This record gives sequence, C-alpha cells and structure tokens, in this order.
Amino acid sequence: MPTESTEIQELANREYKWGFVTDIEADSAPPGLNEEIVRFISAKKHEPDWMLQWRLKAYRHWLTMEEPSYWPKLTYPPINYQDSIYYSAPKQKAGPRSMDEVDPELLKTYEKLGIPLEERAILAGVAVDAVFDSVSVATTFKEKLAELGIIFCSFSEAVKNHPELVRKYMGSVVPYSDNFYATLNSAVFSDGSFCYVPKGVRCPMELSTYFRINAAKTGQFERTLLIADEGAYVSYLEGCTAPVRDENQLHAAVVELVALPGATIKYSTVQNWYPGDPKTGKGGIYNFVTKRGKAFENSKITWTQVETGSAITWKYPSCILQGDNSVGEFYSVALTNHHQQADTGTKMIHIGKNTRSTVVSKGISAGFGQNTYRGLIKILKGAANSRNYTQCDSLLLGDKCGAHTFPYIEVRNTSSRAEHEASTSKIGEDQLFYCKSRGISLEDAVNMIVNGFCKEVFRELPMEFAVEAQKLLGVSLEGSVG
Amino acid sequence: MALLEIRNLHAKVAHGDREILKGVNLAIETGEVHAIMGKNGSGKSTLSQVLMGRETYEVTQGEVLYKGRDLLELSAEERAREGIFLAFQYPVEIPGVSTSYFLKAAVNAVRKHRGEKELDAVQFLKLVKDKMALLRMDQSFMNRAVNEGFSGGEKKRNEIFQMAVMDPKLALMDETDSGLDIDALKVVAGGANSLRGPDRAILMVTHYQRLLNYIEPDYVHVMLDGRIVKSGGKSLALELEEKGYDWVEKEAAAGV
Repeated sequence: MPTESTEIQELANREYKWGFVTDIEADSAPPGLNEEIVRFISAKKHEPDWMLQWRLKAYRHWLTMEEPSYWPKLTYPPINYQDSIYYSAPKQKAGPRSMDEVDPELLKTYEKLGIPLEERAILAGVAVDAVFDSVSVATTFKEKLAELGIIFCSFSEAVKNHPELVRKYMGSVVPYSDNFYATLNSAVFSDGSFCYVPKGVRCPMELSTYFRINAAKTGQFERTLLIADEGAYVSYLEGCTAPVRDENQLHAAVVELVALPGATIKYSTVQNWYPGDPKTGKGGIYNFVTKRGKAFENSKITWTQVETGSAITWKYPSCILQGDNSVGEFYSVALTNHHQQADTGTKMIHIGKNTRSTVVSKGISAGFGQNTYRGLIKILKGAANSRNYTQCDSLLLGDKCGAHTFPYIEVRNTSSRAEHEASTSKIGEDQLFYCKSRGISLEDAVNMIVNGFCKEVFRELPMEFAVEAQKLLGVSLEGSVG
Repeated sequence: MALLEIRNLHAKVAHGDREILKGVNLAIETGEVHAIMGKNGSGKSTLSQVLMGRETYEVTQGEVLYKGRDLLELSAEERAREGIFLAFQYPVEIPGVSTSYFLKAAVNAVRKHRGEKELDAVQFLKLVKDKMALLRMDQSFMNRAVNEGFSGGEKKRNEIFQMAVMDPKLALMDETDSGLDIDALKVVAGGANSLRGPDRAILMVTHYQRLLNYIEPDYVHVMLDGRIVKSGGKSLALELEEKGYDWVEKEAAAGV
C-alpha cells in the first residue's frame, strides 16, 4: 500500500506551470554595475538631472553598505552584483497609443498568464498598468481616472509629468539610504507604478499591476509610489508570475505608501515568482523587497500579501503610524514548498497616540521549505493608548520543512498594550483521511485545509483577487503534504 | 453475491509489527444491519478503518470483496466514491473550512465519479435541507467550520448528517454512541434508522449494547483479539449485556 508521503512526493514533483519565455528583442545594458550604468539607465529614460543625482547619491551610498547576511534566516550563495543586467526594456519604437500598437508577443504572454489585458480590464473594471520587464507597455482606464484627478501611470511618466509630487514624496517613507536592497533599487530602479489620489476622492476601481520578469539575467528593480491625499481611498493590487530560469534572478523592489490625514490605502499582493527547480531549488527568484507606508492622523494602511513564489523572500511590509489614531494592518500568507525560503513579516512603528495595529501571519511550509515570521512591534513613548494584536500561525506539511517565529515587541509606555498569539500545527494524517473518506482527493483535501488555514487573510483580499490567490496557492501546493 | 465479503483479513499498524486483525471473516448483504461488539482493543475500530482504506494500517493477508471487486485495491477516496461511508468515532476538525463547502466538495466528488453533473450551491442546499431537519440541525451549522468547536453530540450528529447526504451503499458506523447523552443518542439513532433500507447495508461497531436498543441489528458479531469469535441474532447482544464479554472469551478459549 503506498504511504501518504510517496503520494505527496508525486504531487510535489510537478513542474512550474507558468514556465515559458517570451521571445522579444530586448534593449539591454551590459551586465555589471557602476556609475556609468546608473547614468545609462537615467539617460535611457530621459530623466531630469535631479533624478539622476538622486540615483547617483544612492549608488555612492550603496557602495558603503553591506548585504544583510547575518540576521535573516536565509541560506544562499553570495550574489555577484556585477553579474546582473540592470536595464532591459522590450523594444518598441514609440509608446503604444492603443492596445493595437502593443507588441502581439507581449499580449500573448499575458494571455498565457490568464490576463487578457483589455478584456480583463473592461470586465473587472480594473485599471491595469502592466509592467513587462522594466518598462510599462500598456495603461488603461487612465482617462476615466483622470476625470477624478487620479494619477495612475508608470513611475517614469510620473518623473516626467508630475515631478513636484515625485520629488516631494519619493524617499519620504523609504529613504535612499534605508537598507542595502532599497538603496540598490534607488540607484538603478527601472520603472514601476505611480499613483496619486486627490483629497476626498474615493478611487472607484481596484488598481492593479502585473509584474513579470522576462529577459534572462535581468535584475528587476521596481519602484512604486502611492499617495492618498487627505480623506482619499485607494485599493491597489499587485500580482506577478515569472518564467523558468536556470540562474537566480535578483529582484529588489521598493514600495512607498503615503496615507495623508484621513486617507485609506489597501495594498494587496499575490506574489508567484519562479520558485526554483523543485528538486534542487536552483534558478528561483531572489526577492528582496522593501515595502513601507507612512500613516498620518486618522489614516489607515492595510497590507495584504500572499507569497507563494520565489526561491528567497525577504520582505517586511511595514507601517509607520505617525499620526494620532492611525491604523496599520498586515495580513500575510507565506508559503514555502520544495527548497523555498522565506523570511517575512512586518514592522509596526507606533508613534502617534491611540494608534492601532493588527498583524495576522499565516506561514505554510512544505517539502524542504523554510518559513520564518519576523515581526517588530514598536510602541514609542509618546504613542499613548496604543494597541497591537498579533496572531502568528504556522502550518507544516511534511517533516522536512521548518517554521520559525521571531517576534520583537518593544512597548515604551504604560498605557499601551501588545498582544501576541502564536500556533504551530501540522496537516494531520487524520484530517486527510477524514477528507478522503468523503471522496475528496488528496490534492483537494490539502488545498481545502490550507485555504481554511488562510481564510482570515484571504477575506481581506478584494473578491476577484481572493479567487486568484486561492488558485495560486493550489498550484504552489501541488505535491506538498505529509 | 454479498455486498461485502471479508475473508481471513489480517492487518497490522503500517510501521509496526503488532498484528491487530488476525483473520476476520464476515459477509454482509445489501439491506442488512450488522453490529460488531467487542471490548476496547479487540480490533473492531481498526476493522472499520481498514475497510475505509486508512493507510496507517497495512493489510498483510486475506481479501475483501465489495460488489464483487477487490476493495483493497482502491484508495480511501475511491472507496468513498464507490459508496462506502465511515461515520467516525472521533470526527476531525478542519478549521476555516465551512461544513457546507466541505460537504459540497464531497458530494460533487462522488457525482463526478458517477458521471453526474456537479451540484451548484442552490441544488446542494436543496439536497441538504431535509437531512438537516432529520438530524435536528440548525441552518447556522452549515456555515461553521467542519467540527470546529462542536460539542461531542454535534460532531456525531454531523457524521450521521453527512452519511444521510452522501447516501452510501455501505455505511460503517464506528462507536457512534460514545459520548452521547440519551437525547442525542435518540436523534442520531433516528437518523441512522431512517437510512435503513433494501439498497443499503450498515455495519455498526460498538462497545455497548445501548445503541442496539435504538438501531436494531439483524446480526450481531463478537470480536475478540482480532477475530470474530461468535455471531448471532439480536439476542446475542442482550446476552452479552447480561453476562459480559468474559463469557465469550472463555468459550473462545475452550474452542467452542
């Protein structure tokens, strides 16, 4: 009779479903990183001098920094930063004015990913600023948003058309000198998304960006800046999937959120970068992301993430609760299967009075996966009457994976309170047998149990995204139980 | 042809040496209700789990025919889809998964297997409505996570409720009476009795005779040390109640 683990092994050995490479001529910089490359990138993008100077300042600072290698619970060979290509753009004569002008190869790629851009945008009412490699190639619904005064465009366009906003807010949440990866990003960022929602405006649709790494050996350095002015509301969705690669691909994104007084920002991510060869772990994406939001009085920032991909995930979407009565939330599902490693969590920095934060983290480990939750709750002296609630649950599938939790809690006043709850459980043979005895297949049973485990996070996602997230989780889980 | 025929079945714990079933023989016809009684550790619960296909047990000898087919060839989920149902002694909790979602997935897995169209939410609710009334279950039940935070009685009712919805050919009931107060027992037994019929066989496993007052079996078997050592009609259960299991043990030891 086959044992549970052999069935699981079979399931686990399936290949990454979305591994394909689009054949498009790329316009790339030579590999390596130096001041010339930084200038090359800036010139390619026809940037104003202030932008170039900012990049150079970051680059020079980066040279003095060291990679954080001692504290994350991650193991990987040293990265040769001179081996990466720091700029690659799909070749296009001029910017496309309509969907007809977009390279059909690109559109095909989106189709394979199940994102028929134009239809999806219309049907779902989602404005899509699709990022293919480093340059935005299609933007829809712009006019509709423009009527409300909402700016939603690529970062490069924002630099050109809205320099006052970019100069005011870029680096205001994640300074150029923040950390090794964020500083690298500040020097060489290729493109990304920019969004500004004016005072009192409620953005009528979910904003969405699809990222996709394509050209070989291309580091992807996205930069996103999202500003919700006083009393504004915006919900932003970010999702990605990437093709099979033999070499590790470096990805170091920066996302900055600014929630001005009374504003609400919901930022949701489904991340499905190529996780590496299932047997060896080779070739997966290294994902070093800095995401942070600053919340002014009475504002609210919610991070929701579903992390199923990447060989390495290093990511701590955080909230600086600057203003009184501001609220920060973090809902996370992080899955590590095969040889994936994740060191992820959040930082909630309470500065204003009566600030509130909620952290719900669900870590799932399967195969040889290593999943670490790392969270800092810091309530400063002036943050009177502040509250934090943290719930941190780990689910183990199999006996070769690991789950680790490193909560840091600092409360500097006596009127505040931080609560931390944690649990670790295993998908039991008894649960699986119970499902199977009802006719439910092993794979469906695992998906069901894991989705049940993640329910508190999924319900924070916008509806259409929640469905997608569950599907991605299912794909990533193929073959992962024990 | 019997619906279920067990011949000289031996089984042990999958990663151990200890043999639990030591040559079980039993034949069950469609329409019959059988009860297996025995002390704790006699192997009766193991038998029900082996019949359902639990992989923590390994069959070392013997055969089991179900509808004339080799049952041991089939995985647990295939057995379920072929109409075998096990009402658990200790129903398992599945946090975050609603009873309604779980049961709909189960019903549709079986329907798909039979080449029938899967039920949508409305059709499914229609299907379960009567069965819920039968087990005196509240509507809110369906929205609660499977068995999570259920009382002992609720869990057992949920098992019989699922059994009613799944409409099995062969229903295995493992210690369904354990942990039930008399009122809950009546409800559960009422549900089980309503499932008696010419198209279905029921195999109950129980320690106590009490359950058999409510669900009257056609046949009673006594299990002792991994074997069925005595079979008879309903009166056998009463005899056991009166004299205890020692009497059968002595008889078996004497080779009667």
